[in-house]
Amino acid sequence: MNTDSGQKTFAHGSVAAVRPIVWGDRAFRLTTQFFALAVLLVLAVILATLAWAAWPAFRHFGWDFLASTEWNPVTQQFGALSPMVGTLVTSLIAMLIGIPVSFGIALFITEIAPVWLRRPVGTAIELLAAIPSIIYGMWGLFVFAPFFTDYIQPLMSETLGAIPLVGVVFQGPQIGISVFNAGFILAIMVIPFIAAITRDVFDVVPRTLKESAYAMGLTRWEVIWRVVLPFTKVGVIGGIMLGLGRALGETMAVTFVIGNSHDLHLSLFMPGNTISSTLANEFTEADGELYTSSLIALGFLLFVITVIVLSFARLLLMRLERAQGGQKA
Amino acid sequence: MLRYINAGLVVGAALMASGVAQAEIKQINGAGATFPYPVYSQWADAYHKAKGVEFNYQAIGSGGGIKQVKAKTVDFGASDAPLKAEELDKHGLMQFPMIMGGVVPVVNIHGLGMGHMRLDGEVLADVFLGKIKYWDDKAIKALNPELKLPHRAITVVHRSDGSGTTFIYTNYLTKVSKSWADKVGNNKSVDWPVGVGGKGNQGVANYVNRINGSIGYVEYAYALQNKMNYVRLKNHDGHYVAPTAENFQSAAAGADWQHAPGYYMVLTDQPGAKSWPITGASFILVYKQADKPEVTKAVLKFFDWSYHHGQSMAEKLDYVPMPEAVVRMVEATWANDIKGADGTAVWSAADSM
Repeated sequence: MNTDSGQKTFAHGSVAAVRPIVWGDRAFRLTTQFFALAVLLVLAVILATLAWAAWPAFRHFGWDFLASTEWNPVTQQFGALSPMVGTLVTSLIAMLIGIPVSFGIALFITEIAPVWLRRPVGTAIELLAAIPSIIYGMWGLFVFAPFFTDYIQPLMSETLGAIPLVGVVFQGPQIGISVFNAGFILAIMVIPFIAAITRDVFDVVPRTLKESAYAMGLTRWEVIWRVVLPFTKVGVIGGIMLGLGRALGETMAVTFVIGNSHDLHLSLFMPGNTISSTLANEFTEADGELYTSSLIALGFLLFVITVIVLSFARLLLMRLERAQGGQKA
Repeated sequence: MLRYINAGLVVGAALMASGVAQAEIKQINGAGATFPYPVYSQWADAYHKAKGVEFNYQAIGSGGGIKQVKAKTVDFGASDAPLKAEELDKHGLMQFPMIMGGVVPVVNIHGLGMGHMRLDGEVLADVFLGKIKYWDDKAIKALNPELKLPHRAITVVHRSDGSGTTFIYTNYLTKVSKSWADKVGNNKSVDWPVGVGGKGNQGVANYVNRINGSIGYVEYAYALQNKMNYVRLKNHDGHYVAPTAENFQSAAAGADWQHAPGYYMVLTDQPGAKSWPITGASFILVYKQADKPEVTKAVLKFFDWSYHHGQSMAEKLDYVPMPEAVVRMVEATWANDIKGADGTAVWSAADSM
C-alpha cells in the first residue's frame, strides 16, 4: 500500500521527495548520534586508562598523594599538592587579570569605539588567539620577564608587599621567573578567547533594547551594567569558562616562565610548577613504575580538577538561567 | 608515536634481513641521551657517506633511551647515566662507553671576569643546598680573596627535566659533600632544595644568562656556545682547574675500566693534577642475546667505525674520544658477551674496521 501511494504521488512529484529525505534524516540522525556518543566513549576510555595507569601511585601513597608536597625521584616519594596548587593559583591569577581586561576590550569594541576602529581591534584580538602558546612562553621569558623584574616587581614589592599579613605574597627574589609571571602570561593568553566571545555576545543584544534604555535617560554605564550584561550573562560565562579551560591545561608557555620547582611557597614571586608543566618536564625521563604512575596520576587529577571546575560553571549557569526565568515570570 | 615509527622501521629492517639472505642492514635505529647527540649525528652523516648505512638517532633523553631499549622499540639505547651491573643482568643488556665529556658549573655575576670564580666541591654543594645564600658569603670569599663579590642573592638554576647531565653533576656533589649525599643524593632528577628549573641544557643556559647572580650547570659544549662564565673547580688532587678538553682527557685517562663491572663508571672526582672533576661518559645499551643478530652487528659496526674514525670529529665538538685501550676492551666484550639465538658470537675481531 505504501508503495502504491508512493508511486501514485510520484507522478505529482510532491510526497515522493519526502521518502529519501526521511531516510536521509534517519541516517543523519544516527551518524550525528554516533559522533556525539563516541565523544562520551572516548572520554570514558581516557579516564579509565588514566585511572588504571595511575592506580599504583594512588595505592602506594593513598590520600597522602594529594596532601604531600614532596617530589623526590631519588627516594621515590611523590605528592601532587605543589603542582595542584600551582595549577589553580596560576589559573586564578589569569582570571583575575584576564576577565576585567577582556570585558573592557569587548565593551570598548561593541559600545564605545567608533565604527571604523571596531574591525581592526576585533581582528587583532582574534590574531592574538591564533599565536601558538610556545611563542607566548618565549616572549614571556625573553621580553616580559626582564621588563617585569626591573620595573613592575619592585613597585609591587614596595607597595603591596608592605601590607601586613598579605604582604609576604608579594615579596621574593627579583628574577622574573615565578608563579605570578606564569599567571600573567596565561592572562594574556586567555584574553583573546574571553574578549572575542564576550564581544560576540555583546553584539547580539538587540539594538531596540539598548535604544529604549537610552531613551529612558540611562547613561552609557547604566545601559552596559543593567541591559547588556544581564542580557548576555550566559554567553559571557561560557567565554570565561573557555578561557579558564585553556589556563588550567596550558603547558609550554607556563613551563618557560614558572621556574619548575616542586617547592610550595607563600610568595607569588617564587618559582613553582603546574600539573601540565610537570608532565611536560618529566614524562620522557621518568623511569620506574612509581615515578611514571605518579605522573599519570597527576594527569588524572588535572582531568578531575577540570571536570569539577567546568561542572561547577555549568551549575552556576543553570542557576543564572533559572533566576532569569524567574525574573521574567 | 615515535616509538611506533621506530618499531615499524625495526620490523621493516628485520623483514628485509630475513627476506633476502645475507642482505645488508641499511638502517639502524637508536634513541636516548641528548648530550652525545651532536657527535652521533656527525658520525651518522660520515658513516652514511662511507658505508651507505643510515643511522637514526632520536635524542629523547637518557631515561627515554633506557625505556625504549627495554621496550625493544629501538636497536640500541643511549644513556649518560650508566646502569648498574645487576640492572643490566636483569634485563639481559650490556653497555659500553662511547664518548666522554664534561659538565660545567656556569655563573652570571655582572662584572665578574671569565673563569675568575673558584669553588671547591663542598662550597658548590652548599650553594646548591641553599645553605650559602649570597655571593659575598665568607665561604666563597675565602676561596676568592682577590675578587670583589657583590652582596647579591644566589639564584640556583637546575634542570627541570630528568637528565644524564644531572646524573653526572649530582654524582659529583654526592662524592664531595656528605650533606648533599644525605639530603639530596644522585639521580637523573632529584628533589632540588632551592632554585629554578630550566628545560634542557638550553633552558638552563637561558635562565643563567637572564638572571644576574645565578649559577647553573650545563654540558661543556653549551657553555662554549653561549659564551658562559665558567667556574674553576678544585679537583681530587687539590688543584683548581678550568673545564677544557685536555682536562676532561686527564680525568678520563686515569679511569680503571678494567675493574668496572658492566662498564659502570662515573668519571667524577677522578685523580690527576689536571683532571676536571665533573667528567662523564655516555653509554650505549644493547641486548646480550640478539633477537636479530644482523641488526645488532650493524649497530656494533657503526660504533666500531666511530671509535676508529670518529675521534677528530668528536674533538672538534669538544668531546673526549675513548682511549684506544678501552676500545680494545669493549670490542673484546662484544666478542664474548653478545650472542645470537643459536649461541654464536655476533661480533668477531675480524669485523673491526
